[in-house]
Amino acid sequence: MSPLAKLFEAALFAASRPLTLEDLATLDPEVGEAETRAALAELRDAWGEGSEDHGVELVDIAGGWQFLTRREYAEPIERAQFALRPRHLSPAALETLAIIAYRQPVGRLEVDEIRGVDSQAVLDRLVERGLIEIVSRGEGLGRPLLYGTTPQFLEILGLKGLDQLPRLDELSVALRPPAPAQPE
Amino acid sequence: MITPTNPVLPEQAGFVVELEQFSGPLDLLLHLIREDELDITDLPIAKIADQFLAVISELGLNQAADYLEMAARLLRIKAQLLLPRRLGDDEWEDPRSELVRRLLEYQQIRELVDWLQRAATRRSEQLARGYAPPAPELPPAPLEIELNDLLAAAERVIALIPEPMLHRVVPRPLDVESATARIQALLAAREEFGWSDLVGTRPSVVEVLSAFISLLELAKRGALRLTQPEPFAPMVIRRESPREAV
Repeated sequence: MSPLAKLFEAALFAASRPLTLEDLATLDPEVGEAETRAALAELRDAWGEGSEDHGVELVDIAGGWQFLTRREYAEPIERAQFALRPRHLSPAALETLAIIAYRQPVGRLEVDEIRGVDSQAVLDRLVERGLIEIVSRGEGLGRPLLYGTTPQFLEILGLKGLDQLPRLDELSVALRPPAPAQPE
Repeated sequence: MITPTNPVLPEQAGFVVELEQFSGPLDLLLHLIREDELDITDLPIAKIADQFLAVISELGLNQAADYLEMAARLLRIKAQLLLPRRLGDDEWEDPRSELVRRLLEYQQIRELVDWLQRAATRRSEQLARGYAPPAPELPPAPLEIELNDLLAAAERVIALIPEPMLHRVVPRPLDVESATARIQALLAAREEFGWSDLVGTRPSVVEVLSAFISLLELAKRGALRLTQPEPFAPMVIRRESPREAV
C-alpha cells in the first residue's frame, strides 16, 4: 500500500465521522486530486464493502468514507457491551426528519401543518442531536427559521446522499389532489 | 381472618390504545380509518367524528389542543355536510377535501417514516468508532451542609412564599331607617312614584335591600300600596291613607 493510502487509512481509523475526499486531501497539501483518488481507490480495494478479509469495511456514507464494523459482528460486540448501537428515533422525530428532508429549507409552521401538532420541541431536540440545522431565515412575518438536514442525518441512515431517499412518486401514497367530489 | 384481596378491575370494553402510540391527531385519524378499512377519499365523517371524540376522551387527550382542534374540525365538516345543497351545483366543494388532502399528505410522511426507520435499523447493524457506551452515572455526592447555610436557605425559601391573602369582611348594616325617611319624604311630595325615583339608577345592593325592606314594612303598615303593572316591571309606589292601628 502506498504511503498516502496508509496515511488515509490512519485518518479514517481515527476519525469519528465520515471523511470526504476534500477532508482527506487536506492531510497532505503536497498531493493533487488524482493522487488522492488513487490512494482512496487503493484503500477501497483493501477494505471496500464486500471484501471478506477484515472485520471492518470502508463504507461510502454521508458524502464521505468511514470504517464500520461488518453487519454480522454488531450483535456480539453489543452483547459484550464494547459499543452501543445508536438510540432509536421516536416516530415524532422521524416524521419531522422526513418532512425536513423532502422540503428543506422548511420552517416550523409547515412542519406543524403537515404533522398536525406543535413540533418545536422535536425540532429543538433534532438540532441538539445534530441531525438538522438552521440553514436560513424565511421571508415573511418574523423571518422564520428554516431547517435543513445535516451530514449526520445521512450518517445515521447509512445514506450516501439525499438522492438515495425514495422518490415521492415511488411511494404507494402518491400525493395527488383529492378526487372530484361526488354528490352523495 | 379476612385477607385483603386485590380488587379485580373490570376489563375495559372497547379497544385500549396507548397514548404514545399516536404522534398526533392525524395519526389517530389514520389509525381509525385503517382499523375500519374506510375509504380515505370518501370518509364517513359522522362516524369517524364520533369515534375520534370517543377515543380522545377515553385517552384523556381531550385536554390536548391539537386533538381538540381536530375534533372541532371534524364536527364542522359534519355540520357542513348536513347543509342542503342544490343539485347540479358546480360551485359546491366537498368540505372534506382539505382534510383528505392533509390525511394523504400525512400518510405519505408515515410511509417515509417507515422507510427511514428501516434505513436506520440497517445502519445500526454497523458500528462506527465513537459509539462508546456512555459512562454510568455517578452516585450523587453526599450532602455536606452547615447549619447556617441550611437556615439561610430556609429563609430564602420562606421569603418566596407570598403573604397570605386576607379578606376582611365588613358588616354593612342595612339602613332601613334612612330609606324609610326617604320614602316618607317622597310620599309627602307625590301621590305616586316609581322604584327608580327611590333608589336612583345605580343603587348598591345595600341600598336596594334597605329600600325594599322599608317598602314592605310601610306597605304592611298601610302607609303605601305596592303595585307592579306586569311581572318584572318596575314597582309603582302609591300613597295610601294609613289604616287605623289595630
